[in-house]
Amino acid sequence: MMDKIRELIDQHAGLPQGAAEIGDDTDLYRLGMKSFASVQLMLALEEAFNIEFPEEMLNRATFRSASAIARAVESLSPGSLAA
Amino acid sequence: MKPLGEVAGASLADRVQAAVEAAGRHAESVDREGRFPIEAIEALRDNRLMGFAVPAELGGEGAGLAEIAPICTALGGACASAAMVFAMHHICLANLIDCGMESPWHRDLMHRAATEQLLFASSTTEAGVGGDLRQSICAVEAEGERFNLAKAAPVISYGEETDAIFATARRDPEAPSSDQVLAVVLRDQYQLERVSTWDALGMRGTCSHGFRFKASAPVEQILPRPFADIAAESMIAASHILWSSVWCGIAADGMAKAQAFVINEAKKSPGVVPANAAKLAEAYARFRTIEAAIADALSRWAAMRAAPERAATVGFSLAMNALKVSVSTVALQVVEDCLMICGLQGYKNTGPYGLGRHLRDIHSARLMISNDRIMAGAGQMMLIQRSPAARRA
Ligand SMILES: Cc1cc2nc3c(=O)[nH]c(=O)nc-3n(C[C@H](O)[C@H](O)[C@H](O)COP(=O)(O)OP(=O)(O)OC[C@H]3O[C@@H](n4cnc5c(N)ncnc54)[C@H](O)[C@@H]3O)c2cc1C
Repeated sequence: MMDKIRELIDQHAGLPQGAAEIGDDTDLYRLGMKSFASVQLMLALEEAFNIEFPEEMLNRATFRSASAIARAVESLSPGSLAA
Repeated sequence: MKPLGEVAGASLADRVQAAVEAAGRHAESVDREGRFPIEAIEALRDNRLMGFAVPAELGGEGAGLAEIAPICTALGGACASAAMVFAMHHICLANLIDCGMESPWHRDLMHRAATEQLLFASSTTEAGVGGDLRQSICAVEAEGERFNLAKAAPVISYGEETDAIFATARRDPEAPSSDQVLAVVLRDQYQLERVSTWDALGMRGTCSHGFRFKASAPVEQILPRPFADIAAESMIAASHILWSSVWCGIAADGMAKAQAFVINEAKKSPGVVPANAAKLAEAYARFRTIEAAIADALSRWAAMRAAPERAATVGFSLAMNALKVSVSTVALQVVEDCLMICGLQGYKNTGPYGLGRHLRDIHSARLMISNDRIMAGAGQMMLIQRSPAARRA
């Protein structure tokens, strides 16, 4: 799952550096991810993992880092970490 | 325990009333001369209202937005410029309370805000980014324990009268434009060179001149959270709620004049309902939506503040943006309705029904952070909003 998340960060977060260079816990907002980019990233995550983020998860904290995203995806589709 | 708002035997209502009267007495000269509403601010200070929101442990009264909003509305009906100064000051305080409670320097500043009744202003707008709150060009340049900051600020309301300025800037010279911090600098730590003079249609007493702003201060004065989080969890909501409350006050005073006008008509011809009474009822219906929208936003704010990290959701942001855009639009319509009701008596600058200042002041609402800009951002958020009504099939 982490590989897929990194791929989506690469495509959608609009960051100057590649996701491979970014640590799991690095703050994506501090790297320059803007609000519209986080919207795009979120839509791509929903599509890729066939999930739907509930309203209470649509906050800045959910998309702050690769590991935060992984936790959120995992909580919505248990077992996907193994996939 | 003494009830919230009671100071030296005076009730909160009395304290607010004293400030509202001072604001109203001088509103006309403040507007005409485009001068700072000093009498109103002095009255707010005398009545210890500038530190109203400071937590009790730091010498204030711990008032929340629910207590501050009605004061903005009451002042807004008397002098919109004074009301906006009070509102903007309390937006700065909301930022301090949101994330300064753990920081000794900011705690001390809050304590001073209460004891010395300091005045705070903010500088978010920057030449080159306009009203986009979430981007900066200027950057904090740290040198050991201190930082330097230079900003081209096309508007800083009451910049020349304030005791401190809260300025957004990039975290460091390498940071992307959206990675911002909020730096608090005191009057003796900055220089303001005035580059343009605020001679505007309305809100003339806010003295929102343009400046070249240069500051040098210890790094501990930078608020300890990323500005993005401060914006999402306190600043935008506090701004939209308190600004809307000021605009509600302008509309309320317009309604009071229109109603007085219609009642006067009714007295002149007993037994006949004045022709413009229905128009008054229509204006009242619009006005009620403003009050209801503010009440709704205040209850959402209270719920959010209970768990800001989680509850500052896209839905919350959309609701706060909707508040600002709708109140700024409807309040203008209400004042226009009032003008139609009072007719020529409303159009004249003299006499009890004059609405010129109200109209000029309320015209600032839609462009104080342009509604078009806000809706462009909200449009992006609508793509992911998950209210029941917007759930995908
Ligand atoms: C009374 C008053 C007091 C103020 N006090 C302060 C203060 O103390 N400190 C401070 O920092 N600022 C202050 N401001 C400035 C305010 O916060 C905004 O920055 C300012 O109103 C925006 O000015 P602008 O319209 O020139 O700029 P811009 O934001 O650049 O917008 C220009 C125009 O472009 C259009 N536009 C912009 N973006 C978009 C978009 N994405 N989609 C569609 N159209 C768009 C809009 O029509 C807009 O009117 C104050 C403003 C007022 C009216």
